Amino acid sequence: MKKLLIWLPLGLFVIVFALVVNGLIEPSDRLVRSAMVGKPLPALRLPPLLPDKDGIDTSATRSGKPRMLNVFASWCIPCVAEAPQLMKLKQAGAEIDAIAVRDTTGDVQAFLARNGDPYTRIGDDRAMRAQLSLGSSGVPETFVIDSRGVIVDQHIGDIRAEDVPKLLAALEKAK
Amino acid sequence: MIAEAGLAALWLATAFAIAQLMLGAAAARAGDAAMMLAGVRRIALLQAVFALGAFLILIRLFATSDMSVLLVAQNSHSLKPMLYKIAGAWGNHEGSMLLWVTVLAVAGAGVSLFERRLAAGTLAATLAAQAAIAIGFYAFLAFASNPFARLNPAPADGQGLNPLLQDPGLAFHPPTLYLGYVGLSVAFSFAVAALLMRDVGPAFAKAMRPWVLGAWIFLTIGITAGSYWAYYELGWGGWWFWDPVENASLMPWLAATALLHSVNVLATRDGLRAWTLMLAVVAFSMSMVGTFLVRSGILVSVHAFAVDPTRGSFLLALLGLYIGGALALFGARVGTVTQGATFQLISREAALVLNNLLLSVILGVVLIGTLYPLVAQAMGVQLSIGAPFFEKTAVPIALALVAGTAAGPLLRWRKDSAQALLSRLTIPVAITGVSFALFFALSGGDSPIAVVVLALAFGLAAASVAPLWKRKLRRTPLPIWGMVVAHLGIAVSLAGMAADTLFKQERLAAVAVGDALHVGPFKVLLADVRPTVGPNWSAMEARLRVQRGTSAPFELTPQQRFFSSPPTNTSEAAIVTLWDGQVYTVLGAPDGAGRWQLRLWWKPFVTLIWAGGGLVALGGLIALAGRLRSGWRAAREEAWA
Amino acid sequence: MKAKHQRLTLGILAVVAILGAALLALSALKDQAAFFYAPGDVAGKPLPLGKAVRLGGMVEKGSLIRAKDGVSIGFKVTDGKAVVPVRFRGVTPDLFREGSGVVAEGQFQPDGSFAADNLLAKHDERYMPPQMAGKMHKSESLEP
Repeated sequence: MKKLLIWLPLGLFVIVFALVVNGLIEPSDRLVRSAMVGKPLPALRLPPLLPDKDGIDTSATRSGKPRMLNVFASWCIPCVAEAPQLMKLKQAGAEIDAIAVRDTTGDVQAFLARNGDPYTRIGDDRAMRAQLSLGSSGVPETFVIDSRGVIVDQHIGDIRAEDVPKLLAALEKAK
Repeated sequence: MIAEAGLAALWLATAFAIAQLMLGAAAARAGDAAMMLAGVRRIALLQAVFALGAFLILIRLFATSDMSVLLVAQNSHSLKPMLYKIAGAWGNHEGSMLLWVTVLAVAGAGVSLFERRLAAGTLAATLAAQAAIAIGFYAFLAFASNPFARLNPAPADGQGLNPLLQDPGLAFHPPTLYLGYVGLSVAFSFAVAALLMRDVGPAFAKAMRPWVLGAWIFLTIGITAGSYWAYYELGWGGWWFWDPVENASLMPWLAATALLHSVNVLATRDGLRAWTLMLAVVAFSMSMVGTFLVRSGILVSVHAFAVDPTRGSFLLALLGLYIGGALALFGARVGTVTQGATFQLISREAALVLNNLLLSVILGVVLIGTLYPLVAQAMGVQLSIGAPFFEKTAVPIALALVAGTAAGPLLRWRKDSAQALLSRLTIPVAITGVSFALFFALSGGDSPIAVVVLALAFGLAAASVAPLWKRKLRRTPLPIWGMVVAHLGIAVSLAGMAADTLFKQERLAAVAVGDALHVGPFKVLLADVRPTVGPNWSAMEARLRVQRGTSAPFELTPQQRFFSSPPTNTSEAAIVTLWDGQVYTVLGAPDGAGRWQLRLWWKPFVTLIWAGGGLVALGGLIALAGRLRSGWRAAREEAWA
Repeated sequence: MKAKHQRLTLGILAVVAILGAALLALSALKDQAAFFYAPGDVAGKPLPLGKAVRLGGMVEKGSLIRAKDGVSIGFKVTDGKAVVPVRFRGVTPDLFREGSGVVAEGQFQPDGSFAADNLLAKHDERYMPPQMAGKMHKSESLEP
């Protein structure tokens, strides 16, 4: 009895600890995969954010080259970190469209002047509606869209140097 | 360069912590610990100096808005007022963990400087245990959350600080809680050392007591301030939400309160030895659990910050290591701790045991309620536990605890009679009964629990000053004064909670400019709504003219604030404090037809909640002053002898 | 109480207290836990009546109605599979708007509607309730 009592606290702790560990491992998949992968790009019509670049209109670009769609914001630090990789992708021939989330023209201009401008089009998504309809839960995220306008891949978080070949391969496959 | 200097200081502090652990352990094992102890003391000081240096460097980086440091870029903004730039240093994960370990190191230095009563071996083991805890957190900083990481290229400006956290109260809230958490780590180290050295007795309890008291004071202040922050900042009119982050600060407080009472039994009567050791371990466990819950973001909460599983795992591993280790040590060694002094069923000791049991039950209930969503999630069910659960479980037990708080101090140590207790309790019981009848009639019987709380509060207030009865006030020892003030504070706080539940009045309506609303005895006129700007926000501000009867009106200006970086919106409640309560006003959205939503409360005597919390902390301070003074006297006498 | 057994008695008391806490908590958990539902979870099934629950989904476009008093609203929450009408009286959060995500706290009514006491619509760049994230991305039709 006494022995049992002495070791009971440790036993209780081990049980609770195991449960918490389980709870921590379970939702560690916090990267929310979009349900949109494998589905056609939803119809988006976003006004241009910069005077010298088109906005996003999916009905006009539904067919043609495979493209990448980068969800970003000038206030987002990982977006700064991934900027060189986006430039690399552009040099490798990728066509990159962008959705600027909760942003302003001036901020984005400054951001692009500083970090380089890999984008063909930039759509203005002040209300985060397009981001939601893409099933994207944060910035930055990058979608690969094939020539038929179907989302074939989603990259969550900043693109690191080692992700570039993978994304290029996805783009190649999407032709 | 300065960020690198900070990193270097952090590494040096780590090195000293390792040295402190090894030398401390060696000293504890050596026959003559006194010689080596001097070295351990010095190393503990050096560790603290370097940890503090690293933290000051981080503050400097934030103060100068050095955006080439990742942490600064993520959490600061050059437009922010200086106070929040500095507070930004610990308003984020990495900085707050650095603060944690800095406080830990400084506490270790405090032990090494001021502790003279304990046997050399036990003190060396205490410092070694303290270093072992610190090493884990240094590793955490170095491997999972380096606060000095650089960002290349540096951004033009930072991402700002969450505007909800731009508030003077909150700037000092986390440090206060951390001081409490870390104070409990010292109690934990004492307990581990006492177990290791088989040195459990009054001397150990007396050495531990000021640290427990100090930690408990900070926790009390932290909880009180956090409650007031949530009250005025969230704009929901409530003062406690049973939110996981709030529970994370409540649980260590409950454990520390139990420990505070049992350590007194050990120090004065040499009873409850194993019990006190266990509580010291539990109290620090709750600090670790609190840190883990807040910092891993594992639970959904109104306060939730970004989620990072690696950090959560690392903290959890530390928690498992320290607490599991301490409990295993407890299991292995507690058999060698001989039983202390015993006592009768009706005695001060028994009342304190009851206090401990009830506090443990409340702690258990809160812990289960806080962690249950995790367990459910593991089983694939999404749920959250809200106020109804805690109100149904914790509140009734807390009421029993309040009754015990009234009776306990009126009992004698070791042995007393039930009859004597009842006669001493006559007046408080009568007051409770009369006020129950009175307020039950007054409130119309809507919320009987709140009436019971209010009546008990009056009874407790009477009972808590009773220990001063027939004493010479000037010769009453300070710790007794501290107890009286703290218990009185509990009564005051309870009265505030009950009064808010029973008598608050609320109005919610859409109002056009020029129209008036009535809430309680007040007439509130919406005079104007106009835009206004602050340093990094813009806002819509309502001007409300509030008037009670024919007395002079005053103006309140609740706001809807829009922050640009990051883009968020907060509602700033406007509150006025009168002698008998607060008027609380919140501006909502326009309804599209020229009217504005207004939410108004009249909350009689609600301020007593936090005034009571302040009194409790003041009671702790008085007791601490008394303990330190007598400890200092004892040390001086020893030096003379 | 015999002195010899005092410690054992105390230990047993502590265990009883902790077990009591666990039992009390578990009995209360049964009816006080607020479960999280999406409209599709309750469609065609018995409603969890008389319990505080959370309902999460998207605010359906064009469904928002503001009452004349200026503080009551009605709207429909959808997850693409089913729709639940929700009533709410109070100050709505800033990010609450048609087409955006929402978590409503309150109770289901016998008529199949939902009476909300509180709305959470936090959806900024750093924070999204994991519950909401999971549910929203599981649902199929997020097309605008």
